[in-house]
Amino acid sequence: MSANNVSDLHQVSDRLAHNAMRHFSERLIEALLFAAAAVSVLTTVGIVYVLVSESIQFFQVVSIVDFLTDTQWTPLFDDAHYGIMVLISGTLVSSGVALLVAIPMGTIIAIYLSEFANGKVREVAKPVLELLGGIPTIVFGYFALLIVTPLLQKVFPELPGFSLLSAGLVMGIMIVPYIASLSEDAMRAVPMSMREGSYAMGATKLYTAIHVVVPAAVSGLAASYILGISRAVGETMILAVAAGMQPNLTWNPMEPAATITSFIVQVALGDLPHGSIGYQTIFAAGLTLLLITLAFNIAGQWLRRRYREAY
Amino acid sequence: MQPMTTEQIRALIARGKLKDTIFQALGIICLAVGLLVIFLLVSDMLMRGLDRLNLDFFVEFASRRAAQSGILSAWVGTILVMFVTALAAVPLGVAAGIYLEEYAKRNWVTDIIEINITNLAAVPSIVYGLLSLGIFVYAFGFGQSILSAGLTLALLILPIVIVSTREAIRAIPAMIREGSMAVGATRWQTCRYHIIPYAMPGILTGVIIGLARAIGETAPIITIGALTFIAFLPPMPFTATGADGVSAGLFDWVMSPFTVMPIQIFNWTSRPDPAFEVNAAAAGFVLMGMVLSMNAIAIYLRYRMRKNIKW
Repeated sequence: MSANNVSDLHQVSDRLAHNAMRHFSERLIEALLFAAAAVSVLTTVGIVYVLVSESIQFFQVVSIVDFLTDTQWTPLFDDAHYGIMVLISGTLVSSGVALLVAIPMGTIIAIYLSEFANGKVREVAKPVLELLGGIPTIVFGYFALLIVTPLLQKVFPELPGFSLLSAGLVMGIMIVPYIASLSEDAMRAVPMSMREGSYAMGATKLYTAIHVVVPAAVSGLAASYILGISRAVGETMILAVAAGMQPNLTWNPMEPAATITSFIVQVALGDLPHGSIGYQTIFAAGLTLLLITLAFNIAGQWLRRRYREAY
Repeated sequence: MQPMTTEQIRALIARGKLKDTIFQALGIICLAVGLLVIFLLVSDMLMRGLDRLNLDFFVEFASRRAAQSGILSAWVGTILVMFVTALAAVPLGVAAGIYLEEYAKRNWVTDIIEINITNLAAVPSIVYGLLSLGIFVYAFGFGQSILSAGLTLALLILPIVIVSTREAIRAIPAMIREGSMAVGATRWQTCRYHIIPYAMPGILTGVIIGLARAIGETAPIITIGALTFIAFLPPMPFTATGADGVSAGLFDWVMSPFTVMPIQIFNWTSRPDPAFEVNAAAAGFVLMGMVLSMNAIAIYLRYRMRKNIKW
C-alpha cells in the first residue's frame, strides 16, 4: 500500500465519520421533534388519568346509581347528595337556549356568505366574526349579567337577576362564529357545477342554496352544529357569572341554575383540602363533562364520515 | 298542468327575486347583530368605566374600596403568565408541527397523534384546569403559581399553534425542499434554513391568535385555585423581598401567587356592590383592548401574507 492511498483512506474515513455525526444529530433532532408531538398525547393521557383516578376514589364513597338518579346536588352540605342530573339539567337547558340562537343565525350567515355575498362583503364580515369569536368569555359573562339581563327584564318583569335564559342567549351569540365559519367552509366545498345546473333549470339563488347546496353540504353542517353543542356544554364563565351558581333541577330557562362547569368554578373558588370528597367531586363532574363532549365529538366525526358526499 | 301565461311567469320570477332579497336582508341583519354586540359591549364598558380609566387604575392594587381599586397586580400577572405560556407553547407547538409535516411517516403512531390533536381542540377549557390541578399543582408541586397557570394555558393553546404551523408549512411548495436537498442539505437543515423562515408569518399569526385566546381564559385558572385578591407583585429578580432582606433569584417570580385580568373582572362582577361594576367595566375594556388588538394584528398579518407570497 502506498502512502498516497493511506491518506486517501484517512480522508474517506474522516468524511464517513463526519457523515455519521451528521446522521446522529439528524436522528437526535427527529427524536426531539417527535417528543414535542407526543406532548399532545401525554396531555390526553394526563387528562384521562387525573379525572379517572380521582373519580374512582369518589365512586368508592358515592354509588354510581345515586350519582345518576339522585335529584339533589348538595355535596358540600352535612346531608350530602350527589345527583349529577341536577347539574346536567342546567347544562342542557342553557346549551339548548344557546343552540336555538346559534344554529339559525350561524346557518343564515353561512348561506349568505357562501351563496350571496360578494368578495368585498366577505372580506369585512369574516374578520368581524373572528373578532366576535375572540371576545373573552368573562367579558361575555359581564355582557349577559349587566346588559342582557336588564334588557330581558323589561320584556319579562318576573325574570330573576340570574337566569339560564340570558346566559344561554349570550352563549348562543358566542357560538355563532364557530358554526358560521365551519358551515360556510362546508358549503363552499360544494362544486360550482351543481349550482350551475340548478341555475340552468331556472332556480333562484335561495332555492339553489336550500335545495342543492345545503343538502350537499349536510355532513359538514351537522359537524359544525355538533361542535357548537360541545362548545356550549363546556362553556364556563358566562354561566358562572350570569346563571347563578345554586344547584336547581329545572327545565325552565327563566330560572337560575348551576351547570357542571359553574359548579367546578364554585368549588375551586372556595378552599377545599386536597384529597377530600368535595375535592374529588369536581373531578367526577369534570369526567361527566368530558364524556358528554366526547360523545358529541364522536357523533360529529361519525356523521361527517357517514354522510360525506364525495365529488 | 296548465301552461303559464307570461304574466304568471313574470310574477313567479318576481316572487323568487323578492325571496332572494329578503334572505339577503336577513343575512345582513344576522351579521349586523354580531357587529352590534361587539359595539354594545365596548361602548357600554367604556361609558360605565370611563371614570376609572386613568393612570391610577393601572398603578393601584385591588382594594376593598371600589373607587381606589386598580389592576396593577392583574395586568402584571397577565403579562407574566402569557410569557410563560408563549415560552412553553411556541417551541413545543412549532416542533410538533414540523415533525408532523416534515418527518412523520404514515403509520398508526402518526394517526394517533393527529386524531389526538383534533380531539384536544374540542376539550372544554375547564378540563385543562382540572388536569393542571391534579398534575402541576399537586403531583409536581408547583402550587397555585404563575408557572402552573402558564403551563396550563400553554397546553390549552398547543393545538392552535400546531395546526397553524402545519398549515403554514403545507403552503410551502415541494420544490423548495427538493432544491435544498439537491444541494446536499439534510432534512433538518432544510427545515432550519428554508421551511421555518418561510412558514414564520403563518406561525406567528397562529401564536398571536393562541395567545389572544389564552389571555381571556378564566375557567382553567380559577380551577387551579388562583387567589382573587392579590395586593402585591411577584418578586422582581435580584430585589429584596419581605423583612428578611433576602434577594429574590432570577426565576423566583414563576412560583409566586398571582392574579390575572379575567379573574379580577370575575371577582368584581360577582360582588353585590354595584360600585365594583364600574371597575369590572373598566378592566373589561382594557382586556378587550388587549384581545382585539392582538386579533387585529393577526388578521392584518394574514391579509398581508396572502397578498405578498407568490411562489
